[in-house]
Amino acid sequence: MKKTNWLLLVLALVLSMFLAACSGGSDDTSNSTDDADSEETTETEDTSGEEGEASGEQVLNITDSAEIPTMDASLATDAVAFQWLGSTTDGLYRLGENAQPEPGIAKDHEVSEDGLTWTFNLREDAVWSNGDPVTANDFVYAWQRAVNPDTGSEYGPYMMGGVIKNAQAVVDGDVPVEELGVTADGDYTLVVELEKPVPYFESLTTFGTFLPLNQAFVEEHGDQYALEADTLLSNGPFVLTEWNHGEGWTLEKNQDYWDAENVQLETINVKVVKETSTAVNLYDTGEIDRTGLSAEFVDQYRTSDEFKVEEEPVLFYLKMNQENEVLGNVNARKAIQMVIDRQSMVDVILNNGSIPSVGHVPQNFTKHPETEEDFRELNGDLIETNVEQAKELWATAKEELGMDTVELGYLGGDSEVAMNMDAYIKDQLEQLEGLTVNVQSVPFKERLQRDENMEYDIQNSGWGPDYIDPNTFLNMFVTDGGNNKTGYSSEEYDGLIEKANTELAQEPVERFETFLEAEKILIQDDAVLAPLYQRAVAQLWKPYVKGVITQPMGPDYTYKYAYIEGK
Amino acid sequence: MTRYIIQRLIYMVITMFLIATLTFFLMKFLPGTPLSAADKLSDEQQAVVLEKYGLNDPVPVQYFNYMVNLAQGDLGISFQFDNREVTTIIMERIGPSVQLGFQAMIIGTIIGMLLGLVSAIYHNGIMDYTSTFLAVLGQSIPSFVFAGLLQFYIGVKFGWLPVALWEGWEYTILPTISLAIFPIAIAARFMRTEMLEVMGSDYIVTARAKGVNKVGVVFKHGLRNALIPLITVLGPLAVGLMTGTLVIENIFAVPGIGEQFVKAINMNDFPIIMGTTLLIAFLFIFIILVIDLLYGVIDPRIRLAEGE
Repeated sequence: MKKTNWLLLVLALVLSMFLAACSGGSDDTSNSTDDADSEETTETEDTSGEEGEASGEQVLNITDSAEIPTMDASLATDAVAFQWLGSTTDGLYRLGENAQPEPGIAKDHEVSEDGLTWTFNLREDAVWSNGDPVTANDFVYAWQRAVNPDTGSEYGPYMMGGVIKNAQAVVDGDVPVEELGVTADGDYTLVVELEKPVPYFESLTTFGTFLPLNQAFVEEHGDQYALEADTLLSNGPFVLTEWNHGEGWTLEKNQDYWDAENVQLETINVKVVKETSTAVNLYDTGEIDRTGLSAEFVDQYRTSDEFKVEEEPVLFYLKMNQENEVLGNVNARKAIQMVIDRQSMVDVILNNGSIPSVGHVPQNFTKHPETEEDFRELNGDLIETNVEQAKELWATAKEELGMDTVELGYLGGDSEVAMNMDAYIKDQLEQLEGLTVNVQSVPFKERLQRDENMEYDIQNSGWGPDYIDPNTFLNMFVTDGGNNKTGYSSEEYDGLIEKANTELAQEPVERFETFLEAEKILIQDDAVLAPLYQRAVAQLWKPYVKGVITQPMGPDYTYKYAYIEGK
Repeated sequence: MTRYIIQRLIYMVITMFLIATLTFFLMKFLPGTPLSAADKLSDEQQAVVLEKYGLNDPVPVQYFNYMVNLAQGDLGISFQFDNREVTTIIMERIGPSVQLGFQAMIIGTIIGMLLGLVSAIYHNGIMDYTSTFLAVLGQSIPSFVFAGLLQFYIGVKFGWLPVALWEGWEYTILPTISLAIFPIAIAARFMRTEMLEVMGSDYIVTARAKGVNKVGVVFKHGLRNALIPLITVLGPLAVGLMTGTLVIENIFAVPGIGEQFVKAINMNDFPIIMGTTLLIAFLFIFIILVIDLLYGVIDPRIRLAEGE
C-alpha cells in the first residue's frame, strides 16, 4: 500500500508539472519548464488574477494540536475552538486576505455620526444548515447569551464588556439581558449600540464570540448543544460532519453556503496529533499536508521548498514588578532591557523564525491609516542591545539605591524551550555586576496566579491580540489594568490611552499617532517591559495546497479559499 | 467464600471513599482556576464564571456537593470541554487505552514467560544470557525510545505499518509492541527467578527422581508454582497499561485516556481529574481482589488458609 502511495506521489508530482504549465498561475514549482511557462503566466495573470485552478481531489488533510474544547461560540476561548468555529460559521464579517474584514452575513454597515450606533445590513440569502434563514435575531440572541451570567462564558464579558452598551451591567446582573445594546430591526437589519466609539469594532465582529446562533436550535438542544456533530449548525463555508472526540473530525463543503461558488475544497480531514515528531513523520509519508516544526527539525528542513515561516502578532517580554525596590528604579529596568542579546536568542534557542521584539506592538499588525506604514516601522527600535551602556545604567541604579549586590527572582515556564530560554536570559542578565537571578520554572497556572498576586520580581510573559488595533497591546498597562500587574502607573500614559479611546476614537490618524507616542513612553521612557521576541512558527506545507490565508487573530487559518492544485 | 467476597467489597467502598476524599482536597491545592482564559479576564469577570460552576463556595461545601452527586453516580461535567459529561469523556477515551493495554499485556506476558522459561531451563547457557540481556534492555530503555524507533523505521522508512493515528487494527500494532516491551521484561525476569527457585525445591527433585521428564516437570509442577509472584506484579501493571500512557499515546496519536488525564491536571479540570482517578483506583482495587481469588485457584494451600 505504501508503495502505491509512493508511486502516486511521484505521478502526482509529474502531473503537477504539466498542470502547472497548463494553468499558469503564480506558482514557482515548475521552474524546469521555464520558457513555455513564463509566456503563459503573463497571459493568465491578466485574465484570472491570482486565482489558481483547483485540480484533482479537493481534500485537505491536516492535524490540530488538541481536541476541540467546544463548538459553542459563547464558550470558546482557545485557538482550536476559534479555528473550527470560524471555518463553519460566518459572522457579520470574516477576515480575508491581509486581515481585512470582508462581508460575511453582513453586506455592509453604516456608523452614526457619533460612532455609537452601528447598523448592519444583512444578506437575505444566508441559511443555516437546517434550512433556517440567518437573521438579525440570531446575532441578538448570541450576543445576549454571551454576556448572560448563566451561560458561564469567559470571552463574552471580556470581549463585549465596555464595548457594547450595557454589556458590563448585564454581566454584573444590574440590568436584564434584554437591555444589551443590540437589537433586530426586522429580519435583516442589526442595530448595535456601543458604550463608546470603538474604531476597531468591524474587526471585532469577525471574532468567534460575536458569531450568530440559531436560537430555536440552541434552545432545543439545551445542555447538549454543540457537543456532537449532529447537535450543531453551520452557516459558513464548511459543515462539521464527523467528530470523533480526541481522534479527529471531518469538515465538508457546505453546499447551501451563500458564497458556495467560491469554496473549492470538498473535504477537510483533521487528526489530533500532539507530538511534533509524529506530525513530521506523517507529513513525510504523505498522510498530511501540513506540519509544524519545532526547533530541532528546522535545520533539517530549512532549505526545503516546502518550508515556510509564519510570523504571528504574539509578543513575549519580561514583566518587571515595580514594587520590588530595585525594579522600581527606571535605570535598573533600562539596564535589563539593554543587556539582553535578542538576536542570538531567537537564532539559537527558538530557531523557528521568531524575530527580536523591539517595542510592545508587533510588526505587520497595524498600519498607519493614511500612509499605510507599519506601526513597528514608524516607531522603529525602541530598545537596542548595548552591554556597555547597560552596565553604566546598572551602576547608576545601584548608586541611587545604595546597593552593591542585588538578588532577583525570575518566574518562567516549565516547558523545555522555556527553561532553555530562561537559562539564557539569566546568563545575559548576570552580565550586570552584582546581580544574581534565581530562575523558578513553574507550570502555566502557577505563573498566572503569582502574576495575579504580583508575587514575582521578573516574569517571562506573553500576549496575543484580541482585535486588530494597537489598543489590544497598549491598554494593558494603564494604571490598575487587569493585566498590568507590574505596579506601573503613569498619568501621562493613562491620559494618552484614554484620549485615543475617547476623543480621538473617530480620528484614525491622530489616534494612531497617539498610540505611537504611548508606546515610546511605555518602552523607551519608562522601561516598563523588556521586550524579548515576536513569535513565528516554522511549518512545512505540501506544494499542492494553495490559497490558505493565515490570520493574526481568531482562526489561525482561513480555508474558505483554499484549494488543491495538481496533487 | 461468599462472605469473604462481600467483606472485600465493603472494604472496597471504604477505600474508594477515602481516595475520593484525599484526591478532592489535594486537587484544591493546585494553583489557579479551571478558567481557560484566566490570563485575560479581570478578577470580577473570573468571579462571575466561577460562581456559575460553584467554585466560589467554601471547599467543604464543594466537597459535600461533590460527594452527594458521586453517591448518585454523577461525576459532573468537564470544565475544559464545556458541558460534556465526565462519564461520556471517559467512555470515549478509555476504549483505545484498554485495547492497547490488553493487547500489550497478552503479548508481553506470553513472550515474557517464554523467555523466562527458556532462561530457567537453559540456566547459565547462551539462551539464558541472551534473554536476560533482552529483559534488562527492555526494562531500562524508556518505551518512547522504542516507540520513536519503531515509528521511524517500520512506519516511515519501510512503510510496512501506519506511522500513527487511530483508524483500524493495523494502527494498533506499533503502539502495542512499544507498550509490550516493559511487561515482556518484567515477566521474563520474574519467570526466570521463580522458575530457578522452584526447580531447585524438593518436590521437583522428587518428581525428577520418579522419572518425570524435564519438560513435564517444568510445565506441570514448576510453572504453576512460579505463577504466584508473577500475577502479583502483572495485575497492577495491567491496570497501569490499560488506563493509558501519556507518552505512547502522544507518539502514536492515540485518542486514549492517559493523555487526557495529564491534560486535565494541567488545566485544573477538577471533574475529569476526579473521574479518572476514581476509575483507575477502582480498577486497581478490583484487580487486587481478582488476584487474591486467583491465588486460591492456583495454589490450594492459600485456599485452605483462608477457609478457616
